[in-house]
Amino acid sequence: MSDSAPAPVKEIEARKLSVHYGRHTALSGANFDVYRNEIFGIIGPANSGKTSFLRVLNRMDTFTPGMRFEGTVMYRGKDLRDWRNLYALRRSVGVVFPLPVGLPLSVYDNVALAPRLRGVRAKAELDVTVERCLRRAALWDEVKDRLGALGSLLSGGQQQRLTIARALSQEPDLLLLDEFSIAVDPVTTMRIEDVLKQLKSEMTIVLVTNLTQQARRLADRTAFFLQGQCVEVGPTNELFNDPQHDKTRAYIEGRFG
Amino acid sequence: MFEPTELNAHNWRIEQGMRVLFLGMTLLLVLPVVIILAVLVYKGGPALSWAFLTENPTGGMTTGGIFPALMGTIALVLVALIASIPVGVAAAIYLSEYAPDNWLTRLINLAIINLAGVPSIVHALFGLGAFVLFFGFGTSILAASLTLAIMTLPVVIVSTRESLQAVPQPFREACWNMGATRWQTIARVVLPNAISGILTGIILEVSRTAGETAPIMFTGAAFFLPFLPESVFDQTMALSLHLFVVATQVPNVPESLPYGVALVLIGMVLIMNSASIALRMVLRNRKKW
Ligand SMILES: Nc1ncnc2c1ncn2[C@@H]1O[C@H](COP(=O)(O)OP(=O)(O)O)[C@@H](O)[C@H]1O
Ligand SMILES: [Mg+2]
Repeated sequence: MSDSAPAPVKEIEARKLSVHYGRHTALSGANFDVYRNEIFGIIGPANSGKTSFLRVLNRMDTFTPGMRFEGTVMYRGKDLRDWRNLYALRRSVGVVFPLPVGLPLSVYDNVALAPRLRGVRAKAELDVTVERCLRRAALWDEVKDRLGALGSLLSGGQQQRLTIARALSQEPDLLLLDEFSIAVDPVTTMRIEDVLKQLKSEMTIVLVTNLTQQARRLADRTAFFLQGQCVEVGPTNELFNDPQHDKTRAYIEGRFG
Repeated sequence: MFEPTELNAHNWRIEQGMRVLFLGMTLLLVLPVVIILAVLVYKGGPALSWAFLTENPTGGMTTGGIFPALMGTIALVLVALIASIPVGVAAAIYLSEYAPDNWLTRLINLAIINLAGVPSIVHALFGLGAFVLFFGFGTSILAASLTLAIMTLPVVIVSTRESLQAVPQPFREACWNMGATRWQTIARVVLPNAISGILTGIILEVSRTAGETAPIMFTGAAFFLPFLPESVFDQTMALSLHLFVVATQVPNVPESLPYGVALVLIGMVLIMNSASIALRMVLRNRKKW
């Protein structure tokens, strides 16, 4: 980044963030920022607290039994705990979790649900949104002739992309992707990755991935999580080429995880 | 050649024995039902005719038909359904979808289960005190149906809640994550997938009250009233009470009459039950997830 570039806007600021489930601590004392309109990668082995961080951003602690968080997370300059209207918060945050959930509605209604929730009624407008989102999620060609089929009966990989389309239909400011390519074939994954690169001009993306190479390809900056700690955060190139911590190096060289 | 060992043979004998034992118990269970139906059809069959269903009782209830009682029972069940569906479904939605998991919710759930065990004669007295006297509905269809409704509410709530709980939790969370409110989630995803189970469950539960006698005896069912009620504030005859009356209270009743009434009553309950089961099969046939 050159000296003349404007200072990045902070979309998310996590300070001393800890996440607990009952007595179990999933994440402790994480401090880092996510900048607006970047792709922020999070890598790390299983159970290191990556998903827990995403859950906090959408305030899923309010309906996950036993889950709570400490510390502060600022989202768009406002403390997450001060968002009185959690529905507005969640509308502005799109989430895709590794276990895809196609709702027991038609494919069309799955994607039209979010626009309808915010009051869009016009069929023409819904049609446009549904097609755009399904195209971006690389699902349109497979379902365009059966938009009336039940979303919950699609194959696993298709449901995963349906979930992505649904998240995009929220027109979110922040998109949280958690191992989105787990059930998607490599070619389709590449198509979605290309879309993500374009989408970042419209939104901020946090990409949790178990594929370190995916973070390397996509992320502007990357964080490495290990056993509930945020070990290291930095521009992706630096993190991969010159990690500050031995454990980061060990992980990206594939020596554990 | 494979030769069964002594152990194989032993296991095989036990397997056969167990099968016969369980089958026997099942038959034992089915037997009374078959016998009851057979006796009713054999003894009550001769009494059945179109006139029996469509004419008023005559001759001090020793001749004629059961029309007002049949209509009365249908009216009682219908009004009870209309009363218990909104209340029961709303309560179940609250308990399943809104109530936090705390001691108060658990206490309410416990109370509902216990309420289901309250004897019907106690409900009858409650109905008499509350609807007939306190609310001033008098002995009427309304008072009797509300008593029936109160009596079935616990089972209606439990069966409705089970239908709601059968909708997987991840569907709700996916909706909430999109910013849907609880109500939007219920209206768009939970209810559409639970409604068939809810309705069939309610019909099943409430139809069972068609045979109740005690709760309606004090609150709205009449001994003898050979014309149809004009509104829900009138009394009515009912099949269950009529059966009791012709079987025990009226002299010189031909033997086939009480059996005929019983047959109609059981037939009504069976028809409602099969309608509910058929509805469930039709609606559940399509696999949704
Ligand atoms: N709902 C939950 N209840 C209890 N423990 C949980 C729950 N979700 C996650 N955990 C625990 O929190 C830790 C971190 O999990 P998670 O954030 O999912 O890690 P990751 O996404 O990096 O695999 C794990 O030890 C996991 O067992
Ligand atoms: Mg995870």
